Amino acid sequence: MLLEVENVSLSFGGIQALKDVSFSVDEAELFSIIGPNGAGKTSMLNCISGRYTPDSGDIRFKGRSLSGLKPNHRPDLGIGRTFQNLALFDHMTVLDNILVGRHHLMKNNFLTGMAYWFGGAQHEELEHRRVVEDIIDFLEIQHIRNAVAGTLSYGLRKRVELARAVALRPHLVLLDEPMAGMNMEEKEDMARYVVDLNEEWGMTVVMIEHDMGVVMDISHRVMVLDFGAKVVDGLPDEVMANEHVKRAYLGADLGEAA
Amino acid sequence: MATTSLRPCGDFRTTYKADQFLLQTRWIAIWTMLAIALLGAAPALVDGYIVSLMILIGIYGIAALGLNILVGMTGQISLGHAAFFGFGAFSSAWLNSTTGIPVFFTIPLAGLMTTAVGMIFGLPAARIKGLYLAIATLASQFILQDFFARANWFSGGSSGSLAETVTIFGFPLDSDERYYYLVLFWTLISLFAVANLKRSRDGRALVAVRDHYLSAEIMGINLTKYRILAFGISSFFAGLGGALFGHYLGYVSAEGFTILLSIQFLAMIIIGGLGSVMGTILGTAFIVLLPQFMEAFTGGMLDIFPNALAGLASGQAYIKEMSVGAAIILFLIFEPEGLAHRVKLIRQSWKLYPFSY
Ligand SMILES: Nc1ncnc2c1ncn2[C@@H]1O[C@H](COP(=O)(O)OP(=O)(O)OP(=O)(O)O)[C@@H](O)[C@H]1O
Ligand SMILES: [Mg+2]
Repeated sequence: MLLEVENVSLSFGGIQALKDVSFSVDEAELFSIIGPNGAGKTSMLNCISGRYTPDSGDIRFKGRSLSGLKPNHRPDLGIGRTFQNLALFDHMTVLDNILVGRHHLMKNNFLTGMAYWFGGAQHEELEHRRVVEDIIDFLEIQHIRNAVAGTLSYGLRKRVELARAVALRPHLVLLDEPMAGMNMEEKEDMARYVVDLNEEWGMTVVMIEHDMGVVMDISHRVMVLDFGAKVVDGLPDEVMANEHVKRAYLGADLGEAA
Repeated sequence: MATTSLRPCGDFRTTYKADQFLLQTRWIAIWTMLAIALLGAAPALVDGYIVSLMILIGIYGIAALGLNILVGMTGQISLGHAAFFGFGAFSSAWLNSTTGIPVFFTIPLAGLMTTAVGMIFGLPAARIKGLYLAIATLASQFILQDFFARANWFSGGSSGSLAETVTIFGFPLDSDERYYYLVLFWTLISLFAVANLKRSRDGRALVAVRDHYLSAEIMGINLTKYRILAFGISSFFAGLGGALFGHYLGYVSAEGFTILLSIQFLAMIIIGGLGSVMGTILGTAFIVLLPQFMEAFTGGMLDIFPNALAGLASGQAYIKEMSVGAAIILFLIFEPEGLAHRVKLIRQSWKLYPFSY
């Protein structure tokens, strides 16, 4: 198992955001987390990426416990993510945004950076630039590579955020509602990118998504959260068949999606 | 408009190297070389008074460049930059007089000493931001000023300290025309260094911390490290500029390094353009030249209308001060993105001329 979450609980004051949640994600899986608003989905990702520290329970990645590991060390282990509410560097160009994803893989520092031409910084920058261009080609954002991120449309920004997460070269990428607020066409594109990431780039994906059509279509396994607790996890069909899920959450939505 | 870059159409990049190039078009490269050649020849071409103003622009420009890394790039603020500038000035004089290391070397060494002090005073940045950090840096301004006044061994206390003339291989830089080249040397190095920083790993990390610190952290950036590093780099340039200032005047005294100068440094980068390298120099030139210009202007008016403006004569000094304040306010209102932005727009319209639609 690549990721193992064991009995994680988390509360904010009186609110119990996560109640004793356990699940695991296998290498190369595309795993989705669904559930109504406020169910604790984002909180779960935040625990994995290190923004929140669980009150109890343990999260293991590649067999090693993540407890006590600072968020900025997690990319080194191979964990990357995108955010539900856009979190780009708004005043930087798209290119620079994506290059920030290479930060933990680069060695040049402020001294060698200032001496750009001497001491290898230029060489390293160009090498990483090449990788970033591959990502740009993959996500089809060539035309905006020099645009300032904050000036882009919502859909494009979501795509740039995905590019930045991919640039981290993660083994596990956490996507928080990558298709929210997109039109049909953008959603289809994004779904294709996620599948490609998983199949061609070999990344394990944990995705939160509200669009049930997409979730049922592309996920290998699905977990349902409700009021901070896990309702069920399993194959998409199994999850859909679950009585509690139908009642609590899926019923209306599935009708729409079908 | 979001996706337009300043490059003329038809000018395609065929390699990433060309695209990463510092000087974005061949014309800019040619103009830059020309400008450097002109600056090199300046002492032979212009009046000695102009040379002295150019020296000041270089010195203050180096320090302002440092402040722009802290404020413009990293989004932190410092109200104590003048104190670091002063610390550099005293450090170089002190190092030279106590150890005998030649001034040519104590100038960059003073920059390093100031880096250390700047990082210590930058430590609160690990915990606090915004207004609270501003107040903390204000404290560093006063603590250092107090230190200058009391630490006789270091600063000569109230009587100040002497700063030796710079000599290179026994050749003294004892005139403005000669000292100018030392300042030009360090100014160019500083400009290239900061421009390079902006397009490499740590420069991007600094800006990322400013724009969205939470996602910067998730991208593997150590926030505390970069917040304090920004103070360190910023202080290096402050100290370097200060050391050049001290040896230029030949005498260092604490009076010159008050909060007023700290605010002037802020004015330079705001007027020039936050985060812009060339803008910093433009803003510095503006702040150095504006009082000169206003003095000449009010002087000229007095000559033309001696009677009508008799009252003005006594107020000339105030008019000078007020004009600087007014200029800053006008800039904030009409050109919030600074001179660098204006120059960019002008360049853009030239490029597209005569098809300016
Ligand atoms: N930093 C925080 N401080 C206080 N409460 C929080 C915080 N983060 C989350 N919560 C609370 O925890 C609960 C779960 O929130 P979370 O954001 O994880 O939900 P979600 O499943 O992602 O919902 P959505 O679908 O709306 O994104 C909510 O009640 C929320 O108000
Ligand atoms: Mg959420």
